[in-house]
Amino acid sequence: MGLDRRKFFKVSGLTALGLAGGSVSKVFSGEDSLGTVAPVRPEGPLTAQRWAMVIDLRKCHEQADCNDCVTACHTTHNVPKWENPKDEVKWIWKESFEHAFHDQEHPFQQESLKHLPALVLCNHCDNPPCVRVCPTGATWKREKDGIVMMDWHRCIGCRYCVVACPYGSRSFNWRDPRPKIQKIEPDFPTRSRGVVEKCTFCEERLARGMLPACVEACKYGAMHFGDLEDPHSNVRELLSERYTIRRKPGLGTNPEVYYIV
Amino acid sequence: MLEKALVGDKKYWVWVISLMTVIGVAALFYFKQYNEGLGVTGLGRDVTWGFYIAQLTFLVGVAASAVMVVLPYYLHDYKAFAKITILGEFVAISAVTMCIAFVMVDIGQPFRALNMLLHPSPKSMLFWDTIALNGYLVLNVIISHVTLGAERQGMAPPKWIKPVIILSIPWAVSIHTVTAFLYAGLGARPFWMTAVLAPRFLASAFAAGPALLILFCLILRKVTKFDVGREPVQTLAKIVTYAMAINIFLILMEVFTAVYSGIPEHLEHFKFMYLGLEGNSTMAPWMWVSSILAVLSLIMLLNPKVRRKESLLVVACIAVFMSLWIDKGLALIVTGFVPSVLGAVPTYVPTVTELMISLGIYALGLLMVTVLYKIALSVRGQWVTKRIIETQRSPVKAGN
Repeated sequence: MGLDRRKFFKVSGLTALGLAGGSVSKVFSGEDSLGTVAPVRPEGPLTAQRWAMVIDLRKCHEQADCNDCVTACHTTHNVPKWENPKDEVKWIWKESFEHAFHDQEHPFQQESLKHLPALVLCNHCDNPPCVRVCPTGATWKREKDGIVMMDWHRCIGCRYCVVACPYGSRSFNWRDPRPKIQKIEPDFPTRSRGVVEKCTFCEERLARGMLPACVEACKYGAMHFGDLEDPHSNVRELLSERYTIRRKPGLGTNPEVYYIV
Repeated sequence: MLEKALVGDKKYWVWVISLMTVIGVAALFYFKQYNEGLGVTGLGRDVTWGFYIAQLTFLVGVAASAVMVVLPYYLHDYKAFAKITILGEFVAISAVTMCIAFVMVDIGQPFRALNMLLHPSPKSMLFWDTIALNGYLVLNVIISHVTLGAERQGMAPPKWIKPVIILSIPWAVSIHTVTAFLYAGLGARPFWMTAVLAPRFLASAFAAGPALLILFCLILRKVTKFDVGREPVQTLAKIVTYAMAINIFLILMEVFTAVYSGIPEHLEHFKFMYLGLEGNSTMAPWMWVSSILAVLSLIMLLNPKVRRKESLLVVACIAVFMSLWIDKGLALIVTGFVPSVLGAVPTYVPTVTELMISLGIYALGLLMVTVLYKIALSVRGQWVTKRIIETQRSPVKAGN
């Protein structure tokens, strides 16, 4: 994987615009784990033509108790923790295989797969139905890198995007989230009640030259993040070498999160 | 003309004040929802739209049904509907207002609603639905105001209103078509992904709306001295019969496609709706009531003897209305979420807050119908009274 990483960062390093925030050094001085965590690199945002993620479910399954990516994401992004499942707000979470891949399971599937959880998050679809239905342009696909973005200040809370998303990746703030945030992270905005939120592939971290929080937190190399348009990127090489699946491919949404099973 | 709604007898005021009380209580519940968020409803992660959006869907149909009196009168010069076009238009105005209210109570940030106009998004069906509904409201306000104003002065309505009325006919069809498109274009929700959804919406609308209009006409005959006469009621009854027959036909088409193909993602929704799924049978009893009422009402309506007997026609109309309310105002939206996109089978039950707010909006609609009918009948009252003196017919007095 080292080679892929180096290639990937060489390309993105060239496109660096020097817009990096002040926290780069703080982040990269930290641990260097086995996953796709960035080595120290020149300052500047991480860029790509189309960001994509490959999740190695087998590596993930080996660590059934690990919840690092979820914790990292939810603390970084001030995601509230609700007891009542109907009020839940989630950006990334573990879903059983039969739920995550509803149309691809069968009764005689290997036991390990059947009940073991699969990580799910926003797929940042190339053809996102949530964007199509939004009546205010509060969610949109960013032209330059394909990230499906959210504007929490424009969102009117009609939840049409939640209805249109085939993956259940979007959460609505049914109540005021702030009292339910365990520790408010000052670097990231909190949301108000009545708006929709979801994973944004950590666009705020990419702009500061950092990988998504979940990818960085994964100690087992189960999450890979890179440019789908770059034939030499880590994700492209994984996709060309390994058998991968996507969630509900038949709907034509073209999810950009791939799974090694 | 509004001043005509400000005079009335005791019964009128008791009724108006009762409705206002319900609206007031509902407003208190809405403040609670506004302050605490939509978490006070039964809605949640899995069932994201529920009772509110279902009422929107049902009432769009009631609004669209005005076309069933406007079209025969203006396009076919069907004189028997002369007296009731205005009643149809007033139902439309009230129903569209209720639709808009149901959208407003359903959104998380109501004060941002105008973002839809600030940032118009033509790819979103909700954007088009907003235009369709508000446009239809404006059209009906203009048409009823101008035609009733002319009638008040004993003059023919100005010529320019005719094209506006003609425009309101396809516009009525459009409001329900676009509302169906809200649901029918979503790959995530196989239950709604059917080309027959818009036609089915129209058929059920043209059954429920005229059924309601028949009931309103007969109530008016009872509580006021305005008599719509026999023929318009009978014609409306025929419209209800045809529309109900087509509606049941279209529902059976849906059931066939789902059951015969056996594709689980289609079939499971129907299983939930009629039989219950994974122990969740919250919808099944309602749907059986709806189905039985639908069949019963159609059998009654198809029989001319029953249809002609107004006391039985009332029963049939109530059955039609209740059946279609359960179908569209209860089952259609919620079933789209059960099972969820992840295959879970959530249970949704509206909360008291949700039901009270909805009741308030229905009271608002009824208040609008009352006030608008009062105005129409008062204007009519003067006009008819004059003719009575000339022709010595049975007295028909103003609607107060």
